[in-house]
Amino acid sequence: MGLITFFLLVLFAITSFYLGYFRSNRARVIEKQRPFSLDKYYGYYLAIWSVVPTVIILFAILIFDGFIVKNYVLSEFYSQGIDQSEISLLFTQIENTRNGIKLFNSEDEIIVNAVNKLNYIEGIFDITSIITVFSVSSLFLLYGYRKINLNFDARLIVEKFILIGFFLCSLIAILVTVGIIFSLLYETVRFFSQVPILDFLFGTNWSPQRAFVRDAADAADIENAFGAVPLFSGTFLIAFIAMCVSIPVGLLTAIYMSEYAKSSVRNTAKPIIEILAGIPTVVYGFFAVITIAPFIRSLGGSIGLDVSSESALAAGLVMGIMIIPFVSSLSDDVISSVPQSLREGSYAMGATKSETIKKVIIPAALPGIIGSFLLAVSRAIGETMIVVMAAGLVANLTANPLEASTTITTQIVVILIGDQEFDSPKTMSAFALGLTLFVMTLILNFIALRVVKKYTEKYE
Amino acid sequence: MENKVKVCVENLNVHYGEKQALFDVCMDINQNEITALIGPSGCGKSTFLRCLNRMNDVIDICKVEGSIKIDGQNIYDKDIQVEKLRERVGMVFQKPNPFPKSIFENVAYGPRIHGLAKDKTELEEIVHTSLKKAAIFDEVKDRLDETGTSLSGGQQQRLCIARAISVNPDVILMDEPCSALDPIATAKIEALMEDLKKEYTIIIVTHSMQQAARVSKKTGFFHLGNLIEVNDTETIFSTPANDKTLDYVTGRFG
Repeated sequence: MGLITFFLLVLFAITSFYLGYFRSNRARVIEKQRPFSLDKYYGYYLAIWSVVPTVIILFAILIFDGFIVKNYVLSEFYSQGIDQSEISLLFTQIENTRNGIKLFNSEDEIIVNAVNKLNYIEGIFDITSIITVFSVSSLFLLYGYRKINLNFDARLIVEKFILIGFFLCSLIAILVTVGIIFSLLYETVRFFSQVPILDFLFGTNWSPQRAFVRDAADAADIENAFGAVPLFSGTFLIAFIAMCVSIPVGLLTAIYMSEYAKSSVRNTAKPIIEILAGIPTVVYGFFAVITIAPFIRSLGGSIGLDVSSESALAAGLVMGIMIIPFVSSLSDDVISSVPQSLREGSYAMGATKSETIKKVIIPAALPGIIGSFLLAVSRAIGETMIVVMAAGLVANLTANPLEASTTITTQIVVILIGDQEFDSPKTMSAFALGLTLFVMTLILNFIALRVVKKYTEKYE
Repeated sequence: MENKVKVCVENLNVHYGEKQALFDVCMDINQNEITALIGPSGCGKSTFLRCLNRMNDVIDICKVEGSIKIDGQNIYDKDIQVEKLRERVGMVFQKPNPFPKSIFENVAYGPRIHGLAKDKTELEEIVHTSLKKAAIFDEVKDRLDETGTSLSGGQQQRLCIARAISVNPDVILMDEPCSALDPIATAKIEALMEDLKKEYTIIIVTHSMQQAARVSKKTGFFHLGNLIEVNDTETIFSTPANDKTLDYVTGRFG
């Protein structure tokens, strides 16, 4: 049914286009007049007049038709005075039977009758609705056709319509963002009605599984089970380790690539480095668990340090490697786009290459370089998989990178996998964590923009 | 009275890859004079200028043959340090290119990298003198910590000149220094050059023949990589020896 409607719609649009096109073309050729716009714009204009109302009406029918048909079929039962809940149960059975799902009472005569009735009504309804829709649309088409006269600018209207389309598309992104915030906010508020917000933000003990114990003696524990400080500290610790790896390596790579490497080296090496960014994070997780973590453990053992098999260091190091291309690639682009005239100005003063890079090029490229750092930081904070696999799941308030640690994102994963009651504080805490993460990234982006803007004013 | 020869160029050939840009150029440039280089676009005058402080070294495919002697020393000798050479031969570019730093730091850049100032007061002294010599000090003295790029085009170019003279060079190369400037800024730069020639040897590439006629003592005319003629500016613009020069300076081609 949907396919037929779609083809009809396309056919309708094409017909309308050519009606408009030939209307204008005829005026041009036969009546020797010169229409205001090109012929095709009159075509588009008519197509819009016919298709847009049709689509709107079809959508309205799509939304309401199930409802209407259902009520029509069930009206019989209503008149027999059957209970509301039983009716909805009946309708489910009718639907199931119709879809071929055999249930215990699917042979029931009432239901078989109702199914037949339903099929019949729906068929009629579909056909009549299509006929109605396209006749109404034809009226619109006719109206549009009558409105065409050669002194009006069809192009202007078509472009205005397309502009509205653009606007709606950008609106979608904004609305989705707002929607995400509100869905997070709703659950978070519910969570904070059970756990005080200050306990959440400043508590140092994270053990949400304890919140399941529901007897009176442990009730006080619920409030103490959701201290998120260990998660914050773990997140920052791992992100910090990752940045310690990626910033120096990435920046020096960028400087080498943009200033020293021959173009042949650069053209080969740059894509290879960028492959690092394309490796799935799960694979990095393997790498961390199987290669890096045992290595650190044995290295630590050989100098007498006690390293746990899951450590923040292993996760941070591997995460740092993953982020290198973010820093190097962006910084490379920024450094390369520093005008050649600045380099020449510096050389002409008798500066060496390294003096030029240190004193002229890096300062000039600084806003972009800082931008790349901050992008890498938000990537590090949001990264989940490597931490799940390599750093452990224990919320451990420690600054020691050799111990197991965990992050906000990891805990969200831990909380939401498996079966959960959706009203337990444990589950809702995931939303609170999500919102916290969101706010943190937002603040980070805000700072990033401010920093970049400040330096841009200074250096442009 | 003739000044003594500062720069002596002999049999200079320059290749960019397969393409030869300069053919057997020989030219003497006198001390404390302004020498102008004119010629149509792509004639090699900028290439010639950039040979004088070895700025062409940056370009991989560029190959320079022949000798350029400054004060009797060949600057393409192996034991010449290119950074030291560029300290002695400053350059001002076509488009003003101040560094994205404060006005003070722009001028202090050269003295700092060459270690010319012992302490902060000496550095300030150098910066102030250079800005005064470049006739821009009065305009910027109250805002030395503002960025150099906030100045107007003409001011930026004078800042670049101040930057060039801050390391006290012998020779200043100017590659069309006024082509991005309006007539008023141009007049200021020309007046400045008149002042500067007392201390420095100036070589200027220009597309404006009036400018060459106004400021220079000697003029060289380049065409298709050859130095066609070099002589006193008056002679070049009134009775040149070569027909091509005459055609060019009278505007019949170019």
